[in-house]
Amino acid sequence: MPRSLLAIVLVLLVLHQDNWFWTDDTLVFGFMPMGLFYQACISVAASFAWFYAVKKCWPSAHDSEAGAGGES
Amino acid sequence: MIQFWIILGYLGLLLLLGLFASRLFRGTSSDYMVASHSIGPFLLLMSVFGTTMTAFALVGSTGEAFKEGIGVYGMLASSSGIIHSLCFFLLGVKLWGFGKRYGYKTQIQFFRDRLDSDRIGLLLFPILVGLVIPYLLIGVISSGVVMQTMTAGAFPNLFPTDNIATSGGLPTQWGSLLICLVVLCYVFFGGMRGTAWANAFQTLVFMVLGIATFGVIANKLGGQESLWENLRVLGEAIPENRATRADMSKTKFLTYLLVPLSVGMFPHLFQHWLTAKSAKSFKLPVVAHPIFIMIVWVPCVLIGVWATTELVPARPPLPANPNAILPFLVKTQAGTLLGGFLAVGILAAIMSSLDSQFLCLGTMFTKDIVGHYFQRDASDANQIRLARGFIIAVVTLTYLLGLLKPPSVFALGVWCFSGFSSLFPLVFAALYWKRLTKWGAYGAVLATVATWGYFFSDAIGQAIKVGNPGPIRTYTLKLNLGGEAYEIMPVAAIFLASLIAMVAASLLTRPPKPETLKKFFAD
Repeated sequence: MPRSLLAIVLVLLVLHQDNWFWTDDTLVFGFMPMGLFYQACISVAASFAWFYAVKKCWPSAHDSEAGAGGES
Repeated sequence: MIQFWIILGYLGLLLLLGLFASRLFRGTSSDYMVASHSIGPFLLLMSVFGTTMTAFALVGSTGEAFKEGIGVYGMLASSSGIIHSLCFFLLGVKLWGFGKRYGYKTQIQFFRDRLDSDRIGLLLFPILVGLVIPYLLIGVISSGVVMQTMTAGAFPNLFPTDNIATSGGLPTQWGSLLICLVVLCYVFFGGMRGTAWANAFQTLVFMVLGIATFGVIANKLGGQESLWENLRVLGEAIPENRATRADMSKTKFLTYLLVPLSVGMFPHLFQHWLTAKSAKSFKLPVVAHPIFIMIVWVPCVLIGVWATTELVPARPPLPANPNAILPFLVKTQAGTLLGGFLAVGILAAIMSSLDSQFLCLGTMFTKDIVGHYFQRDASDANQIRLARGFIIAVVTLTYLLGLLKPPSVFALGVWCFSGFSSLFPLVFAALYWKRLTKWGAYGAVLATVATWGYFFSDAIGQAIKVGNPGPIRTYTLKLNLGGEAYEIMPVAAIFLASLIAMVAASLLTRPPKPETLKKFFAD
């Protein structure tokens, strides 16, 4: 795994342990508890991180192998 | 009665889809077991997502949020968004490459080759099957319960019960049988292609219906003019201990991160990975999986914490079982039509996991036992016959076991995941560590079995002591450091034991043969 991706995943895992919002009862947008909103943002950030991974760190060695046929 | 007909209509649609998929069947065992490696990005995303999201994603997430508050999202959902995609990226793509190159259909075929050990298959087979069976049982039993609850009142004279919530509903054994037969039909005829198509369709169904249910329940409970206003009123009513994680252990939350690693060793997911048309097909599932989890889980968690507010009518009273909260709210707040569709959504989530597990166990019996020891030169037609026979046997056995209604089977869920997670070091090392030996693999598996067995028997002992299965579900370890006791999930200790045993045994034994390493580490 490239170091940049390893660093991103580690940062995500550290950010996931959000001790700083543990007892924060603020409602984001007036209805969403802060802890839930923050963790939903982690989900979005994970998607961005994996988007970066498939763009910059994709193991191209396997790309030449393709299956027979296809449904998408 | 409307709900019953909606469910029947949906099951009919699934059968049609399975039959249509069977028309594209190419008659080979590779087509039956891994769809001839022909599944593109969208179908792969939907089928893999549908397989990893069980009924727990809809019903269990609401129930857990009702009990524990919003913290369950971070513990179970956002962590999975990071870890599942990590497994698809690090393991899925590589395993797909080896499967394609060397013709693997099961995990055990890969491990036998990579570790140069025939017996590792004999050791892994009962463990993998043993960990999948309770998972299957949960699906089979849940489907019967959902069918009975959601059709309650449809047949008042035929199926009366003492409980108003289930009276007149299709009996659980009939509901489970109906679901098992429908899944069996499309898996039997459509093989992996039928399963992938059905999974994709069912994933769409439960995602769309989940969001629709969220909107309807918010509007009904909030009682205001607009959805936005209703969300605001409901948000303000959430009790503090449900809107925060004040009652949740930070170390338990942290160690729960290891649980989603289980997807790396799920045999049914391995088989889905092999269906990919190319390595590039993995890109969409890797990126979209965390967002899909969020789309399903955030509404369910919010509904769960809303159910703890005073805005929920006092009559009829909320059910005692947290897993019944979502069906209860739909039934009392959303009316019969949406109730029918939500039942379909829950059944879709159940069936989209059951089908892959049935097919996977059928494939494992065919390839890893009969094909490996008794019929090495079996023709394609014979292999398909065998796989279909085993699928029928697995469905029948699971259904019959489900009739026994094992009392603590639902509490077993997290234990199954912990077992698979603790075998993660094995699959990771098999792909990335040349020094892994078969003795290292034995060490990992045996350490997992020993520590898992120790903690599990301790949990059972506690359950017997208190007379209910609760401690099996809530079992944690206490780690004493600097005078403080920290609560951690047993998976942390089992995982560590597995890792240490694997590394130590590998380093103490002779390295693998150069030709084996060349086969798996050429690039």
